[in-house]
Amino acid sequence: MKVLVPIKRVVDPYAKVRPLADGSGVDTTGAKFEINPFDEIAVEEAVRQKEKGAVTEIVVVSIGSSASEEQLRKALAIGADRAILVETDAVLDSPGVASLLKEVVEAEQPQIVMMGKQATDDDSNQAGQMLAAKLGWGQATFAAKVELGSNATVVRETDTGEQTVTLAYPCLITTDLRLNEPRYVALPGIIKARSKPLEKRAPSVIPAAMTKVVSVELPASRPAGRKVASVEELAAAIKERGAL
Amino acid sequence: MKLLLIAFNQSDADQSGGFIQALGLEADAIILPSQPADAFAASLAEKASGYTHIAAVSSMQSKDAMAYLAGVLDCAMVTDAIGVVSPSSFKRPIFAGSMIATVETEGQVVITFRPSGFAKVDGVAAAAFDTTSPSKAIVTNEAKRGTGRPDLGSAKIVVSGGRPLKTADQFEAVIGGFADSMGAAVGATRAAVDSGIAPNELQVGQTGKVVAPDLYIAAGISGSTQHMAGIKDSKLIVAINTDANAPIFEAADLGLVGDLYQVLPELQNLLKQ
Ligand SMILES: Cc1cc2nc3c(=O)[nH]c(=O)nc-3n(C[C@H](O)[C@H](O)[C@H](O)COP(=O)(O)OP(=O)(O)OC[C@H]3O[C@@H](n4cnc5c(N)ncnc54)[C@H](O)[C@@H]3O)c2cc1C
Repeated sequence: MKVLVPIKRVVDPYAKVRPLADGSGVDTTGAKFEINPFDEIAVEEAVRQKEKGAVTEIVVVSIGSSASEEQLRKALAIGADRAILVETDAVLDSPGVASLLKEVVEAEQPQIVMMGKQATDDDSNQAGQMLAAKLGWGQATFAAKVELGSNATVVRETDTGEQTVTLAYPCLITTDLRLNEPRYVALPGIIKARSKPLEKRAPSVIPAAMTKVVSVELPASRPAGRKVASVEELAAAIKERGAL
Repeated sequence: MKLLLIAFNQSDADQSGGFIQALGLEADAIILPSQPADAFAASLAEKASGYTHIAAVSSMQSKDAMAYLAGVLDCAMVTDAIGVVSPSSFKRPIFAGSMIATVETEGQVVITFRPSGFAKVDGVAAAAFDTTSPSKAIVTNEAKRGTGRPDLGSAKIVVSGGRPLKTADQFEAVIGGFADSMGAAVGATRAAVDSGIAPNELQVGQTGKVVAPDLYIAAGISGSTQHMAGIKDSKLIVAINTDANAPIFEAADLGLVGDLYQVLPELQNLLKQ
């Protein structure tokens, strides 16, 4: 069974980022970049499934500038077999990403696409579902547990608890935080993975964006708070603010 | 231009008035039975094609289903709208709420919105829409962990606990006990969820629930950007933490440096008086 794992290069989720001075976008100068944490969970899951014998080949794909090679190399070091970079500097929205990924899926014919439920930069939570829709596939979003047998059985997070769904192949799974904790890959592992194949392709067309970020600002700041010295003072202040 | 408001339950319909008012378009509202995303989109695609805007309250269910629908309709989508600039321009949080983006859309658009970003006005009357379709996903089990406590998303008081609540029993006794005495909902950090202390559906933050209660009490929570993303719209944020330098104190309206195991029971008694 072949699994395709799309990954996105994002600013380190623990870094502090700010809008550009003119508010036209996000200032990422000097920022460290990582695999989107949810996508890294998807890579890890695919690798664990391969280690269990349920998966035979893992292909990772990223759409973006040549800088995304760094994240693809890391995914190879975690255990993916080969990587594809769909190289473009274009600013894409989720529908655009989904249509470029659809081309890759059609060329690669995986039984499963596994990807993060959202990217920690734009927090959109759209691309996986849109890709499933464009392919006409069934999907299981927000996976907390995945079992791959004659069908895919996925325990998914819901607003009120959990739900178990069974899907025939091909299908699309988006990954949530509880699914696994990605392994740590040390530098030698990343260097060793340099011998694994990484193929670059150009997109056949650049999809026109249907959503465009026109400005970025800081959220309204909350008025500065204060520390109180005792529980009594805290209780009094809560009552005084009429918060009960 | 016309809006189709989709409610997955009555609470969605009750919370949608403010968004509809802000959008300012003529609107139809429907309430439909729960079904997997592909079935949802198939049931709705034809009806939805008659509208320029299709919107629902943000939830895991709406993100799952509405994004699939946007894929079927091949149209734009805006997730977690917190403001309407115009019918083709919306404000939404990015980078765990550390910034707000203004997004312009082209053509038909699917929207999920956070009711806390909009005025509290009367809800809408939603007509039943009972079309269902076959799905490729077969639901074999559904575990709803209703706690009998108020819903996190709409509770007036939320008390949340973090990593220091070492076990599920402790979390339930200390945070749950406090919540019950106050009629509050219970929330948790990812650290608490990850270590199995609290169930996943209680996670508050960037990738969990977004809450906007009158009173949010954070007990043993450091105040990560990802957690703060879920609580910023609370009216009053109270932090209890043993570390005077914890980042949560920068964002809290009221902070007390102290041990939550001592502070919460005392606070409970004092607030009851
Ligand atoms: C992609 C991604 C998404 C994430 N999404 C979320 C999310 O949605 N929600 C979320 O919450 N996190 C999220 N996180 C995790 C987040 O970065 C933090 O790791 C997490 O919020 C920390 O939880 P915590 O405050 O419970 O634990 P810690 O950071 O360990 O803080 C515990 C605090 O408790 C205090 N303390 C210890 N003992 C006591 C005591 N006896 N009394 C009082 N205080 C005490 C300590 O001083 C400390 O400040 C996400 C992370 C990533 C990378």
